[in-house]
Amino acid sequence: MTQRKPQSLADYTPLFYPALMLMVFFVIPFGTMMAVSFFQRDVGGFYTPDFVWDNYERFFSLFFAKILGFSLSLAMLVSLICVTISFPFTYLLTRCERKTQIIWLIVILSVLSLSEVIIGFAWSTLFSRTAGIGNILVWLGVAEKSTALYPGFGAVLTAMVYQALPYTVLVLYPSLSRFDTSFLEAAKTMGASPVRAFLNVLIPVQRNTILATVIMVFVFALGSYLLPQILGRPQHWTLSVLITDQAIYQSNMPFAAAMAVFLVLMSLALVGLTLLIGRKSEAPA
Amino acid sequence: MSKINQSRISRRTVLGASAASVAALSMPGILRADERSLKVGVYGGYFKKSFDTHIFPAFTEATGIKVESVAEPTGEAWLVQLEQAARAKRAPADVSMMSQVALLKGQTTNLWAALDLSKIPNSANLLGNFINKYEDGRVAGIGAVSWYVNLVSNTDVIKEEPTSWAALWDEARKDQLGLLALVSNSFLLEVTAKTFMGGTSALVTEEGILKAFDKLSELKDNVRLWYRDEAQFEQGLKSGEIPMGQYYHDVTGLAIADGHPVRSTFPKEGGILDSGSWALSRASDKVEEAHIFMNYMSQPEVQSNMSRKVGTAPTVKRSLLDLTPEEFASVSSEIDPIIPRYDMYQNRSDWLNQKWTELIVG
Repeated sequence: MTQRKPQSLADYTPLFYPALMLMVFFVIPFGTMMAVSFFQRDVGGFYTPDFVWDNYERFFSLFFAKILGFSLSLAMLVSLICVTISFPFTYLLTRCERKTQIIWLIVILSVLSLSEVIIGFAWSTLFSRTAGIGNILVWLGVAEKSTALYPGFGAVLTAMVYQALPYTVLVLYPSLSRFDTSFLEAAKTMGASPVRAFLNVLIPVQRNTILATVIMVFVFALGSYLLPQILGRPQHWTLSVLITDQAIYQSNMPFAAAMAVFLVLMSLALVGLTLLIGRKSEAPA
Repeated sequence: MSKINQSRISRRTVLGASAASVAALSMPGILRADERSLKVGVYGGYFKKSFDTHIFPAFTEATGIKVESVAEPTGEAWLVQLEQAARAKRAPADVSMMSQVALLKGQTTNLWAALDLSKIPNSANLLGNFINKYEDGRVAGIGAVSWYVNLVSNTDVIKEEPTSWAALWDEARKDQLGLLALVSNSFLLEVTAKTFMGGTSALVTEEGILKAFDKLSELKDNVRLWYRDEAQFEQGLKSGEIPMGQYYHDVTGLAIADGHPVRSTFPKEGGILDSGSWALSRASDKVEEAHIFMNYMSQPEVQSNMSRKVGTAPTVKRSLLDLTPEEFASVSSEIDPIIPRYDMYQNRSDWLNQKWTELIVG
């Protein structure tokens, strides 16, 4: 059966539903945000519809550039760590018995049901001096005395990886479970060690899945605002934390919207760049 | 086929039955429509719980007006919600307890309905600064409660009680403080001005404010936690992990009552005295009930009761209250308090916020 070009309007009907959803859940909210970002801020009040660049002007400073840079690097780091941990894990999981797989997947799904607040407070207890894992280390004789492990960058990173890990596994799982193991058997017959087969066969074959997962986790981590706030020092606050401050505490919607628009555009640009690089290296040299 | 038909009929029956029962359930609501009620917004958590248990039932008993309390978030989040709802002619709460900064901001958009003081005769009991007015003299709010933000410390870690806010700058406190993360709720500029610059009047000029920022930046190394959420700090204070900082006097009192090793100090420069006012959304149609409510809450007996049960400082003149000296001392102090410069947060809001963020993040 060959693909036929759509002839009439009716042939396009299957597209209406997705298009409508995209309109309702993406285009309209994003459009509203774009519009608000150009509104005039009313100090002491709210905003009046207008077309001004003030909100963007305020954002273009070294101060915000540094925070944006930090937010993007943090999200990227979280994403890379998650994929590095999850890829071998998920691969091994798909080789397990069906029953074992189901148990693992249920455990992973249950982590997803935890809210960011609970995760943040749980880790802050775990990282505390008085009730945290430091005491276990002392008990084991590894450390002299218990020290607080938060607030700090390590605490933020750990909690964010913890939160994003289940998503990573769930995104990798379908593709890895469909993976045809005869590729690896072939590599084995040709004398490749399991590690070598994993690195030189499995990873290249799954490259697109990995790339898609990296992007998804990156975008997911970029929106995190509670964990950096609970577990980090002010220098670890992401742009999302400052957006929340502006929107909720300063009632400065136009500025918050301008920052959010910029964050969305930056991440779209990064995603685009990643896809471009992915496609280029895919083309035969 | 006949089976499907049967199931369809039965489903319709079920739907019909449930529609009938929903209608039946809502009938009493229609019958009770003339019963008077009022939606009141108070800060969620401890405040709401205390008001629901100790204050609102007595009000309903006295006036027959039912109170439906609504948990409002702190800061200006509630203001934003009220304003947006009012634009759509809705009121998520009729009367709300608003912080002074939020009340002033609401005034700029005429969010608050003008109150008629002749219907609130008890407002004469209030201390003068607890009646909020629009520039043209209309009344926007009535003092509800006030509370102190004090210098708190853990008694196990810090044996000797500090006496001055200057203790926050002490080098021995390196990485040990918990302070509020926002310029408009920490009031640390006022604390700095009162402690080192001779008073909050130093903050009238931009130059003075910048000087206070400079002094504040000296204590940055001492701060372990800049908190937005109270629970974050309270946990650390109780365990001694973050042994000093600024915190609400009323909640600290509860922690002491629960046996935690903490103390709340009125420093010699004074505690920070912040307050909340009752204000009525312009979108509300419960104007009559709101006036009765505010009048009730301004009675000296009710204010005394709130001090005893909720731990807030009264907004009514001391001479009218039947609080014992001990009871009064537990919620307030004779030391001249630090009153926040609310005008500053209204006039220079964005500039202050930017400088503040740069100070703590940079």
